[in-house]
Amino acid sequence: MTITDTRTLLAPGTAPRPVRRGRSFFGWVAEHTVLCVLAVLFIAPIVFVALTSLMSSDQTLTGDLLPDPWQWSNYREVVVSTPLLRWFGNSALYAVCATVFMALSSVPAAYVLAKIKIPHANTIFLIIIVAMLLPPQVTAVPVYIMWSKLHLTGTLLPLILPNLLGDAFSIFLLRQFFLTVPTEYLDAARMDGASEFRILTRVVIPMAKPGIAAAAIFMFFGSWNDYYGPLLYASENPSWWPVSYALATFRGSHGTDWGTTMTLTMLVLVPVVVVFFFAQRTFVEGITLSGVKG
Amino acid sequence: MIRGAGRASARPAPRRRPRGRWFAIAMLAPALLGILVFFVYPLIASLFFSFTSYDLVSPPEWIGLRNYEYLFTKDPKVWSAALNTLWFIVFLTPVKIIMALCVAGLLARANRAAGFWRTIFYLPSLVPPVASVVAFVFLFNPGTGPVNHILKVFGIEGPLWFNDPSLSKPSLMLLGIWVMGDMMVIFLAALLDVPKDQYEAASLDGANGVQKVWYVTLPNIVPVLVFSLVTGLIASLQYFTEAAVASGVASGKATVGSGTATTLGYPDGSLLTYTQWLYVRGFANYQLGYASALAVLLFIVAAAFLVVLLRRVDAFNPEGAK
Repeated sequence: MTITDTRTLLAPGTAPRPVRRGRSFFGWVAEHTVLCVLAVLFIAPIVFVALTSLMSSDQTLTGDLLPDPWQWSNYREVVVSTPLLRWFGNSALYAVCATVFMALSSVPAAYVLAKIKIPHANTIFLIIIVAMLLPPQVTAVPVYIMWSKLHLTGTLLPLILPNLLGDAFSIFLLRQFFLTVPTEYLDAARMDGASEFRILTRVVIPMAKPGIAAAAIFMFFGSWNDYYGPLLYASENPSWWPVSYALATFRGSHGTDWGTTMTLTMLVLVPVVVVFFFAQRTFVEGITLSGVKG
Repeated sequence: MIRGAGRASARPAPRRRPRGRWFAIAMLAPALLGILVFFVYPLIASLFFSFTSYDLVSPPEWIGLRNYEYLFTKDPKVWSAALNTLWFIVFLTPVKIIMALCVAGLLARANRAAGFWRTIFYLPSLVPPVASVVAFVFLFNPGTGPVNHILKVFGIEGPLWFNDPSLSKPSLMLLGIWVMGDMMVIFLAALLDVPKDQYEAASLDGANGVQKVWYVTLPNIVPVLVFSLVTGLIASLQYFTEAAVASGVASGKATVGSGTATTLGYPDGSLLTYTQWLYVRGFANYQLGYASALAVLLFIVAAAFLVVLLRRVDAFNPEGAK
């Protein structure tokens, strides 16, 4: 499957006209009934969380499904009573730096692996795949010891800085994308006397924008959602907590109030959903690319 | 586009210039250094530390195979943790794949509105995992959760879900089904990619619906299924976040830092997975030598999965899939 195929296939509304292969009206109704029921079940959790986020703490104990009254002040209370801005700031710092660093280090590496003949390229690619697929816990102990010798545990830096030296999954994804850029373009640019660096920045990167966007989105949300990394390195130091880690500890440390817990859950959830609606195509392309290319 | 390609093919292939080689080395150097520092070295160091006793304060002390002896004969929780992980390996990914495949199959037939339906089923997989776990523990909380409330309307006394050792893992599986959207998107693309003429040929040969699925659809999507299955199994092998957060939130205790270790596994050790046990021994108890032995065992099991994956999946072949 090529990139262009994927895009046309997945673009909403461009699917081929329905082919009625002797399907009855009742079959159509049955399928759509199943789809509707499933859709309600899939949306219900978010709706319940949203409704509960507007309930008073007393009402969350009643089992009511609708808030009465709608207590919008829950949101103000969470903002006022917690270091919410600091949590979001830490998450943003982690996600933005990790993504930018990944792009700086992994785009050139992926380009070389995809388009330039170098000795031992296959061995390097194989090691990158193994590094990408092995559970991070396999290497966690020596890596942790390394950061503790550098006195950087207790911060998020052990999760941010390694991206300056490439990220295995990003390199893999970008390489698969760069392979689809026709070599003729690169040769043409070389004939015109362009330097290799110029070819990368002026020819390859513009043509591989969707792939780079997909890798960036994976990295950004991987960091934004990360729980294991912050637990390992920053859990003892609340000033470095990202919002995903803070949410996990929120309920116990603020009584067992479900109302404000759901308020914070909404605050964590909504930005991701908003970004998704703006960049839906990149998301879907990226996820498809990572799986279908296989 | 066509103009550029035509021009290039009309000329002789360019000479490889030496500066290209230096460029390649410079571009690749950071990533190669990263692989050495954050992958190759830690892999070897893990093996070394697994033969030592090390607490990060005093230097590592060589104790030979004692860590492994303890692991296989004395460790009180490692086998129940391994069994919990095995439960997720056996049930979580296969159930997710079956659900994702069924929904993708329905969406592939709902031609006109496929984009709309896809958005609905994909959305939950985007919810940050911690948020989705917190949400599920709330939805299924026995006292006031909406799920048991709705069950009561139908006259059913709801179970304890995340607070019941026998139901905590199935509850997490429901969460796993809710976030199957990323798999579904991959399957949907693969289903829509099956050549239409193969179905027409099968129809001409008199194949019925089931036969078409079995002889046309499945063979076409097997590579995608294998990829999802094995990467899913590797993800189950390191199952951590969902179980750890579910335990913490369901127990209702404030746990921070190494205190997190006290709620891991709640209720009654039923959610304690292998990687959590590694975390407890290594980073809460600072038994880094022993944690390394656990890591080496994890590596051996993961490597077995990897060998299957590398052999079966074309994308991991350096020559490329095409």
